[in-house]
Amino acid sequence: MTPPPVPAVSDAASLLPIIFILLIPCAIAGLALMNAGLGRSRSAAHSMTSSLCVLATAVLAYFVCGFAWQGFAGPASQVVATGGKSWSWIGSGPFFLRHLALDGAPESLAALFGLLSAALCAMIPLGSGADRWRLGACCASTAILAGWTYPLFAHWVWGGGWLAQLGAHYGLGRGFVDTAGAGTIQAVGGVTALSIAWILGARRGKYVRDGMPIAIPGHNLVLVVFGCLLALIGWWGLNSAGAILFNGAAQGQAVLVAINTVLAAAASALMAAAITKVRFGKPDASLTANGWIGGLAASSGASAFVVPAEAVVIGAAAGALITFAIEWFELRMRVDDPGGAISGHAVGGLWGVLSVGIFARIPATELDVSGGSAIGHSGQWLAQVVGIATLIGFVLPLTYGLNWLVDRIYRYRVAAEGERQGLDLYELGGGAYPEFIVHNEEFMDR
Amino acid sequence: MKILGFLLLLAGWGLVLAALALLAASVPRGIFVLAGVCVELVGLALVMRGHLVSEGARE
Repeated sequence: MTPPPVPAVSDAASLLPIIFILLIPCAIAGLALMNAGLGRSRSAAHSMTSSLCVLATAVLAYFVCGFAWQGFAGPASQVVATGGKSWSWIGSGPFFLRHLALDGAPESLAALFGLLSAALCAMIPLGSGADRWRLGACCASTAILAGWTYPLFAHWVWGGGWLAQLGAHYGLGRGFVDTAGAGTIQAVGGVTALSIAWILGARRGKYVRDGMPIAIPGHNLVLVVFGCLLALIGWWGLNSAGAILFNGAAQGQAVLVAINTVLAAAASALMAAAITKVRFGKPDASLTANGWIGGLAASSGASAFVVPAEAVVIGAAAGALITFAIEWFELRMRVDDPGGAISGHAVGGLWGVLSVGIFARIPATELDVSGGSAIGHSGQWLAQVVGIATLIGFVLPLTYGLNWLVDRIYRYRVAAEGERQGLDLYELGGGAYPEFIVHNEEFMDR
Repeated sequence: MKILGFLLLLAGWGLVLAALALLAASVPRGIFVLAGVCVELVGLALVMRGHLVSEGARE
């Protein structure tokens, strides 16, 4: 009897990243449960069905053209030459993952990571569009996000694009650094969520005539909190895989990443609970859950490059920011965001990006994804600010404009009758809880 | 108002890119990048304001 073959070094090296990447669907499932739980009971089945369809659309769109445009550091990309420097602005690989050896090599791992990250990014706007976003429109918007917006920004950061090149070209630290997608996944998804909330408008009955909001509490906080716990597992995989694939972290550093991830989430959730306890007399369950997710989103920025105490500071600051941001968007800006996606992912993600410039100590020997040599770190904060400016000044108008155009052709918002009935009955023909009584007092004349 | 806000967002980003491409010294470059971010924040405030107006009209 012949002994089983000894795995090659490359197999052993790629096994752990593959396991980490395959944990990412837990984060997707966690967000799906949160979005369903924070919405109304009469739209719960629609919310979960939308999550499944969004996941399916995202992976297909990313498979068709997303990875081709995102690329991976090294292979072909379109460049613009200015001032004697060449700037890579979009990947130019073949569509449909053709000519890509799916064998555990770094490029194939990046494709798998991107496939699931695009889906995670696309789940975020579902939170802000809950209870009024048509199923077909969710899929159309997701195709744009996963097929164009996300790959474009991901190329700039992880595909050797111009943000990654800021270090090599201008000595801004190591260029824009985003360990596992605080900007690339969370903030891109978060600003898309803001665009969707603007385009859809508030739910009927959310604001009365004097502009004050009516609280529409989530229908199942058990789902919400379970979603938070599930998301933690997914974020462990996301942050660890991102650190290894795009930041040259050693596999053993996954321990530090995992500790930092859970500490940031814990500090953020407790900060949100403490703030709501002080302000309202009792801790608020949904805000605490949003704080947890916001802490996870912020941890994706610098989790591989900070010590645990700094992760606690990053998380605590995220919890405070998110708690006030949710109130500010709802009360002052009249942005109806049932899932807290804008605050949790956009605000949390942007803070995570900035935290890299403030706290991170990035070894000079790390892999430089721009293809250039690592040069000092004095300008790291400026590289991070340029990334934030790009997310707000370019990605937000881009995603708003594209979704606005599609909305002109195919209405995003469900008809008033659909909101009254609930999206379950109106769009799916059956509810998640058929024995429940539907409450419709918010549609009565005031 | 909303369109003006989005134009300001893009203009602020353009200012950030121009600062990177045209300025060599780190201090003026940093100042102009921050100025670009400030222009973006003004644009964001205008877009938010535009949304408030349209949301009020919808009610």
